[in-house]
Amino acid sequence: MITHPFTYQAPSTIDEAVQQLDRSDEGKVIAGGHSLLPLMKLGLAQPEALIDLRRIASLREIRSEADGTIAIGALATHRDITHDQTVRAKLVALAEAAGAVGDLQVRARGTIGGSLAHADPAADEPAPALAYDAIIRAVGPKGRRDIKATEYFKGVFETALAANEIIAEIRFPAPDGRTGGAYAKFAHPASGFAITGVAAVITIKADGTVERAAIGVTGAAAAAYRATAAEKALAGTNGDAKAIAAAAAKAADGITALSDLAASSDYRKHLVTVYAKRAIERAISRAKA
Amino acid sequence: MTGTATPTYIGSRVARKEDPRLITGEGTFTDDVMLQGMAYLTLVRSPHAHARIRRIDTAAAKKEPGVVAVLTGKDLEVTGMLPVFITVPSMNGSKHMPIATDKARYAGDAVAAVVADTRDAAKRAADLIAVDYEPLPVVVDASKALEAGAPILHEELGSNLVFTYPVKGGDIDKAFKDAEIKINQRIVNQRLIPNAMEPRAVTAKFEAGELTLWTTTQIPHFVQLIVALNLGLGQNKVRVIAPEVGGGFGSKLQVYAEELLVGHLAKTLGRPVKWTEERREGYLATIHGRDHVSDVELAAKRDGTILGLRVRTVANVGAYLQAFAPGIPTILHVFIVPGPYRIPAFDYEMRGAYTNTTPVDAYRGAGRPEAALLIERIMDRLADEIGMDPAEVRRKNFIPSDAFPFNTISGITYDSGDYAPALDRALAMADYKGFEKRRAEAKTRGNYRGIGISSYVEICGLAPSKANAALGVGWGGYESARIRVHATGAVQVFTGTSPHGQGHETSWAQIAADALGVSPNDIEVRHGDTFESPGMGVGTFGSRSLAVGGIAVHKAAEKVREKVVQIGAHLLEASPADIVVEGGKVFVKGVPDKAKNFGDISMAAYLANNLPDGMEPGLEATVYYDPPNFTFPFGTHIAEVEVDGETGAVQIVKYSACDDCGRQINPMIVEGQLHGGITQGIGQALYEGAVYDNDGQLLSGSMMEYHVPSAEDVPAFDLDSTVTLTNTNPLGVKGIGEAGTIGSTPAAVNAVIDALSPLGIKHIDMPLTSEKIWRAIRAAGEGRR
Repeated sequence: MITHPFTYQAPSTIDEAVQQLDRSDEGKVIAGGHSLLPLMKLGLAQPEALIDLRRIASLREIRSEADGTIAIGALATHRDITHDQTVRAKLVALAEAAGAVGDLQVRARGTIGGSLAHADPAADEPAPALAYDAIIRAVGPKGRRDIKATEYFKGVFETALAANEIIAEIRFPAPDGRTGGAYAKFAHPASGFAITGVAAVITIKADGTVERAAIGVTGAAAAAYRATAAEKALAGTNGDAKAIAAAAAKAADGITALSDLAASSDYRKHLVTVYAKRAIERAISRAKA
Repeated sequence: MTGTATPTYIGSRVARKEDPRLITGEGTFTDDVMLQGMAYLTLVRSPHAHARIRRIDTAAAKKEPGVVAVLTGKDLEVTGMLPVFITVPSMNGSKHMPIATDKARYAGDAVAAVVADTRDAAKRAADLIAVDYEPLPVVVDASKALEAGAPILHEELGSNLVFTYPVKGGDIDKAFKDAEIKINQRIVNQRLIPNAMEPRAVTAKFEAGELTLWTTTQIPHFVQLIVALNLGLGQNKVRVIAPEVGGGFGSKLQVYAEELLVGHLAKTLGRPVKWTEERREGYLATIHGRDHVSDVELAAKRDGTILGLRVRTVANVGAYLQAFAPGIPTILHVFIVPGPYRIPAFDYEMRGAYTNTTPVDAYRGAGRPEAALLIERIMDRLADEIGMDPAEVRRKNFIPSDAFPFNTISGITYDSGDYAPALDRALAMADYKGFEKRRAEAKTRGNYRGIGISSYVEICGLAPSKANAALGVGWGGYESARIRVHATGAVQVFTGTSPHGQGHETSWAQIAADALGVSPNDIEVRHGDTFESPGMGVGTFGSRSLAVGGIAVHKAAEKVREKVVQIGAHLLEASPADIVVEGGKVFVKGVPDKAKNFGDISMAAYLANNLPDGMEPGLEATVYYDPPNFTFPFGTHIAEVEVDGETGAVQIVKYSACDDCGRQINPMIVEGQLHGGITQGIGQALYEGAVYDNDGQLLSGSMMEYHVPSAEDVPAFDLDSTVTLTNTNPLGVKGIGEAGTIGSTPAAVNAVIDALSPLGIKHIDMPLTSEKIWRAIRAAGEGRR
């Protein structure tokens, strides 16, 4: 039950939304509401104004641009993303991550913009956003700003987004050449959130060696991160089981792992290595297919 | 009995009559009851697990717009104490007020109440109540609560010991002296949170001196009784209605504080009042289940013969004794611990302890799952120790089928049983013989595969009233039924049972239909309203409804049938012995074309101008049925699991069960009960567990942390049954409501331990979470290096 009073606005353009957000004291943007509303029910978030993006239809589009960039509107639901043919073909790790969010009802309402703006450490989509080198395009009172995913996630519910900025879209550069992706997740048995979620995006050369590996990890630490040690270890190898195992073993290097009733930090770190291995294996086999 | 028809509907898969309205959202639940001028109750609950209440400042709350009343424990003492219906020897009962007056004894204990025009206003005002607490030392662990120097919850009792309950039989010292094998195992049966789909709610109105109270309960008549007694109203002036109730599992087998409070407030404020629990509130304020720690010792011979069993258990009852709490770890647990086995010597000592936690009471199975886990784990430990097949160890010790009725070493009498066929059937369904191949195949994938057996006996049909009295249960164990046939032939069955998912509207109609020779579709079953019921009902819990309430329906229907036969014989000018009642017709045997319609007979009963001499007009019968004994269903469940070798995650890959609940009235409902029960039992084995920190804060405080399994977590169940009738009642029925929960938990645990047995792992306590298993695998690996 939400007992704290708040005002509600539903602007029809993003500029209007930005103005309303900027003018409010403790305003919050609402999209699918699947993170914000539970917090409001618990009294953990008590915004005085809600600015609902639902009327801004253009924010729900998923489109391919001339240079191959796939631009996903902030209001695209997890379900939209899972079912989008371009995403499934080009950004399979993202399609899998979006399909692994919560349950059917959550996927039908929750949005990628909301997920990234909220930055729950156990959200799924930050992992593929990192692994695909996505750009988060935000709009604020001073105009448009592009933020690299790798510079975006700062901590638990903390991002590079300013309080008066709204995510407009998430831009995924088209993966080139022989690239395969995969998202492997160990879900919390109760909440369905990621205890560990690993997105691997692997590009291989014609001779089968790994040209480039990008591994995004969510659920394990305060913020989603790129497993750079694992990426380096994998690049240049032939991508066989031994190389994968050696690289995956480094996927939790240097992190301060979260700990809760479902998984201690030791166990989480271990799961990161197991799920990194599983994601890399699938990504490589897809790259070769 | 004259002309009893061959059963037609008993035993058939009649579709549940209650489902269409429930599925289409037409059911009315307690929170759906909206009344003119209704006010809303919110309770302020202690954030401390143990704290003296120094002062409560309600001034700010009282000023909040919309507030009707702000009350503390002292204002509400008039509602009296919450009841405990069972007294076991040496019991130290706790004083339990609806609102704490002196101190809060668990996080969630109510300390103040707010009534307001809206829920929002009530909640806002509740936030403004300032309680000055003096935090006290906390004890969460039951064994620690019994140690000298532990914080005492109820000072007037002098200690936290609730009771010591010893049950002995045979020569236990000799058993251990003669033992070739001795096994010791500590077994933890963790605390569970019931999670009925519908949270609790109470709505009440007081008009013209009569209190009507809608509540989410399994026992409307007990609520009526206690509300009447505590609030000083005549029982005839308290109408309790349990409308649709969305699951209970024992958690609604109480008279809760909120029922007394809402009743009292509706009466004193002069307007209807409603309280609806929030899910997180329910985690604190609705009873929990289980919470035993047992030290088990088994004496056996090397050939697998059991010689004796010694158990010492501490049961955590939480902060206060709830309605049935003293009976769950004692009567419903200790006596059934020997299970399906012949055990020559038995020595059990159960102790109960108060702790600063949510009170614990009945949760589906209630004492019997704890018993089954204990004996079934120790049977597997024995099999492992002597290198014998777990199925054979069980078979060797089974009570033979010719030994029934069987007096157990714990002092009860099993009515009937034939355990080996159920085991054999389950083994065949599980392809037990082919298992080792599957284990080997899983190993090639880096996984551990295991198979686990659980053979159980449970105690149902609660209860013969005299046995109740001897055991300390302060109320009879009968059930009531009234069948009224209206002049038109419309049939109503009024039952004292109070279904909340069990499908009594269907099963009771089937039972009455066979006696009255009409279709179940022509019979309406009404329940859950104390002003409509036969008078007193005991309620629905402990898998008792069919074996007690169903029999009451059967007997009432037979009485009505007898009158139908007499009237039919009179009208058809035949002997009652020649009258046939079937297919909605009454006719003389062999002359169906000269039949009277069932409605002609009922009309004659009310026209009353052409009845046999001396016969009373009308067509109805009321029966109170007191069972002569308990009933003892049994069966064997087999789970097959695969453990991920890298993560420890468990998947149940196959599940087979053969249950025997005597005659089945509706096999589809039996299967439904098993599906839910097995899933719930797997929940305890693998996922669920209430976790407190040392300060008494519930860490697993919501569904975000506490995993209640769903269909996704379990495979399709392969179910079969044997039918061993009981002589306890005329239908030969035993009960099935809890069997799934009792049989499945040990099967799943045994399967996981079997999977890990190649690593030398002998026991892991529940829930068998992936991390726990991963740690066990890792520790075993280190041990072997």
